[in-house]
Amino acid sequence: MYAFDFDRPATLDAALAALQDEDAQALGGGQTLIPTLKQRLAQPSKLVSLTAIPELSGVRADDGALTIGAATTHAAVAEQAAGSYPALACLAAQIGDPAVRNRGTIGGSLANNDPSACYPAAALASGATIVTNARQIAADDYFQGMFATALDEGEIITEVRFPLPEKAAYMKFEQPASRFALVGVFVAKYPDGVRVAVTGASEEGVFRWTEAEAALSADFSPEAIAGLSVPSDDMIGDLHGTPDYRAHLVGVMTARAVRDAV
Amino acid sequence: MTKVSMTVNGRPVSGEVEGRTLLVQFLREGLGLTGTHVGCDTSQCGACVVHVDGRAVKSCTMFAQEAEGAEVVTIEGMANADGSLSVIQQAFQDHHGLQCGFCTPGMVMSAAALLADNPHPSEAEIRAYLEGNICRCTGYHNIVKAIMAASGQDVSAIAAE
Ligand SMILES: Cc1cc2nc3c(=O)[nH]c(=O)nc-3n(C[C@H](O)[C@H](O)[C@H](O)COP(=O)(O)OP(=O)(O)OC[C@H]3O[C@@H](n4cnc5c(N)ncnc54)[C@H](O)[C@@H]3O)c2cc1C
Ligand code: FES
Ligand code: FES
Repeated sequence: MYAFDFDRPATLDAALAALQDEDAQALGGGQTLIPTLKQRLAQPSKLVSLTAIPELSGVRADDGALTIGAATTHAAVAEQAAGSYPALACLAAQIGDPAVRNRGTIGGSLANNDPSACYPAAALASGATIVTNARQIAADDYFQGMFATALDEGEIITEVRFPLPEKAAYMKFEQPASRFALVGVFVAKYPDGVRVAVTGASEEGVFRWTEAEAALSADFSPEAIAGLSVPSDDMIGDLHGTPDYRAHLVGVMTARAVRDAV
Repeated sequence: MTKVSMTVNGRPVSGEVEGRTLLVQFLREGLGLTGTHVGCDTSQCGACVVHVDGRAVKSCTMFAQEAEGAEVVTIEGMANADGSLSVIQQAFQDHHGLQCGFCTPGMVMSAAALLADNPHPSEAEIRAYLEGNICRCTGYHNIVKAIMAASGQDVSAIAAE
């Protein structure tokens, strides 16, 4: 790692002030950023840890929505969202391994927008709102391709608001070495329709499968999507799976998510 | 350099660290507690697992300054007060849960975190919890057996493989 200064402020205002410095960067749980720093792929002048700021941590349910502070760990979401949004808690409980879940945060995961990460699928399928220090961003506008988001330089996520669905489930086909999603599908059923978001599969990052959404909004059953498939043109191909294999998995995991939705 | 203070194995400690100093470096190089191992240094293997405020974390993927004021427990803090092995450590010995021993500090710390949360885990729960702890030698079977035994469960039901 290149050398950098380290700051661990106790308030959001102090963190935002510290992030004004040129090349300062936010640090969530460090489960992505620390390995990146070790490879010398990033050279911040200063890291500003967000994990000692009480207002950025915690889970609360109100008005048909679940709001999660950006610095809330995956383990805390797995525990605290289990009653209000079981599918989301279940997703958090499947990220990486226990030690990763004890440090990694939802804000870090959404800011990073890894094409194989789990939370982007939940946020997009739930029509979540990404709240930052400056504005509120609809999930549909937030994800902008592999590792790309609508966040501006120095802008930080403060919380994420998930409208609570009638039913939902996340089905992850795990890539066994990394434990990220080879393909993950989050299905959420709302009174005004069903949303389906797919992670791990596309070169463009997380995406909505609108054809399946229409079919499932008319008939919420695995059979409703039996004849549908996604084109494999934009799918990721690597040693873990071909584009065709990933496209096939999208259908399989969507059907399983519909079957198990709670 | 910045001063950092924390409690390690019940003892208040402090030292001077850089921003980039990892918790594992502070433990091993700063405090001489070399029981915590670095296997991969890429957040994959779990050899470096310690407890921070009661939670298992990979100490190669946390900065020393993030543990400011925290209660840290390492493998050196696991033995009983009289120096004898703890129940989990003894079970690893009795059930041959280690061969070269390199992964063992992390395995024992993960096992202790699991049993604190879930005192009677099933075999499947133990295997799932150890996803982030890689062992090059044992094939995991005897590690799972040791943890079952440490939780007071019958291990004869686990098929020998
Ligand atoms: C072994 C292993 C297995 C994993 N498996 C999975 C998996 O199965 N599924 C999955 O989804 N993920 C997985 N991950 C990734 C993990 O979930 C990370 O925790 C997550 O991607 C990043 O979150 P973090 O809090 O650690 O962020 P950090 O590493 O601290 O930061 C990541 C990036 O986000 C920025 N950032 C952090 N917080 C904010 C914020 N509030 N606002 C704006 N920017 C911010 C940082 O500047 C940095 O650029 C795995 C990681 C490891 C090491
Ligand atoms: S050394 Fe920390 S996970 Fe391998
Ligand atoms: S005993 Fe050798 S790595 Fe586990």
